[in-house]
Amino acid sequence: MRDSFVGVLTEQAAEHPELLLLTGDLGFGVLNDFIARFPRQFLNMGVAEQNMTGVAAGLALEGHTVFTYSIGNFPTLRCLEQIRNDVCYHNANVKVVCVGGGMSYGPVGMSHHATEDLAILRSLSGIEVFSPGDLWEAAEATRYLLAKEGPAYLRLDKSAARSTVRSGEKFRPGKIRVVRDGDDVTLAATGGILGEALTAAETLTSQGISCRVLSVHTIKPLDIETLSAAANETGGIITIEEHNVDAGLGGAVAEALLEAGVIPGFFARMGLRNTFSSVVGSQTFLRKVYGLDAAAIADTVSAKLRINAKVHA
Amino acid sequence: MSAKVMIDTRALAKKIRIHALRMTSRGGGSHVGAIYSCADILAVLYGGILNVDSAFPEKADRDRFVLSKGHAGGGLYAALAERGFFPTEELLTHYQDGSRLCGHVSHELPGIEVSTGALGHGLPIAAGMAYAGILQGAGHRIFALLSDGECDEGSTWEAVLFAAQRKLENLVVIVDYNRIQGIAPIADVIELEPFADKWRSFGWAVREVDGHDHASLGDTLGAVPFESDKPSCLIARTTKGKGVSFMEDSVLWHYRIPRGEEFEAALIELEGRP
Repeated sequence: MRDSFVGVLTEQAAEHPELLLLTGDLGFGVLNDFIARFPRQFLNMGVAEQNMTGVAAGLALEGHTVFTYSIGNFPTLRCLEQIRNDVCYHNANVKVVCVGGGMSYGPVGMSHHATEDLAILRSLSGIEVFSPGDLWEAAEATRYLLAKEGPAYLRLDKSAARSTVRSGEKFRPGKIRVVRDGDDVTLAATGGILGEALTAAETLTSQGISCRVLSVHTIKPLDIETLSAAANETGGIITIEEHNVDAGLGGAVAEALLEAGVIPGFFARMGLRNTFSSVVGSQTFLRKVYGLDAAAIADTVSAKLRINAKVHA
Repeated sequence: MSAKVMIDTRALAKKIRIHALRMTSRGGGSHVGAIYSCADILAVLYGGILNVDSAFPEKADRDRFVLSKGHAGGGLYAALAERGFFPTEELLTHYQDGSRLCGHVSHELPGIEVSTGALGHGLPIAAGMAYAGILQGAGHRIFALLSDGECDEGSTWEAVLFAAQRKLENLVVIVDYNRIQGIAPIADVIELEPFADKWRSFGWAVREVDGHDHASLGDTLGAVPFESDKPSCLIARTTKGKGVSFMEDSVLWHYRIPRGEEFEAALIELEGRP
């Protein structure tokens, strides 16, 4: 996803002279092509994320489109007040980009796990929040952010689901993609973990359970229409995120559905529960440890459907 | 290029102080001591140093002023109103229900570039504006007024490093160095001395003046950048609460609201009545 993002910026930089890419001294190797071709549109801000974000706001107030780029929590939580006061309150055209959503940087350790960012960033006023599930969504979200004025957050995952883009499909920001249709259950995923949901859906289909799979690439604004349809048309909804369940995708979906008065047949939030990972392992390994891989998703669906069948028997 | 509008900056400073006294007293706002500390600096800036025009508050070539010590908002509001950015009558709505004039400065008002209030935010934003000015080949300057207390903030020093690295010679910092922070003298909290040396060693061109001497302030601020290829820092040695004897150099008047007899006594002093 990181390469998709940088690829789009590199492709578009010449046409967007107002575009500036700021990094918090990260992106070794990844940004080389961009730096070589557009040195005037690049700034290494050093290991100083508060200043990076404040400078970004100042540049944006003077007419620039500014991307701030770093890993995990560094471009978000470290400088949260700058994002809130300097960027969001001034409606500054700053796009905050995190590489390493969820446990992308698995064995590096908890300092590099971004597992509260969606909840915290979406609570800020005036910001749009994107969490693409595959490479096409990552590239298209980047393209959209280049053209759209105002604050935004883009969370990029190291993993990516296999492409489900249809020929001629247009990316619609704020609109959930139904990447697989079905009616027994809805699996609503955000980020690269969408891949686990798709794999679980295949397993479940082979067991005769029909799954609708949603890629919630935009967390804010949230597409209540597609979620309501899923609640009405399928047996129930399970949200899947590599993130704390509190106030993340699961929380956002629950809030939106309840407020709309649409109650799914059953509802479950899959994600981290009040825990920091001190287990060492790859993203794939950690998903297994924390019950977030395809097998765990399939098991959760089976259990929910069994309970639901008993209740309605 | 500074605007060649020469006005009586001493008279402007006096008006700023009197407005601020009424505003904080009536609205129940605090920080009058911090406003008085920088009233002369604001008067010199808005009395001729800054190229700003109330008829065109967003003209492209204006100098940008960032009040990083946002708690002195009352002083900036008064300076702007006196220079015609909005009616002086609006000043008395400060801090009150439905007003546009919140305690810490708000960009909702004409002439105010950025909202501040959380310390350590102003200099990074000003540095971003300065870098944009250089990228765009613009001739205007960016002035940022900092408190000494916010030189405790790491983000301030992050921006100090960045500005020197990028040779932001269109950036001018003025530190209101009154040596009293929120609840105590800085000597008892986080000592900043040797303060000028700190800025110099970080790559800035530094000058020090008496922050209540209008001639010195005007001469120094009229000669920026102090050195080529370097951002400029003016350390203005000031007295917190300057202008009212019982507020001067007092920790109490960071938060105390002037009311009753204290209000009357302060007004008499400011107006120069016997």
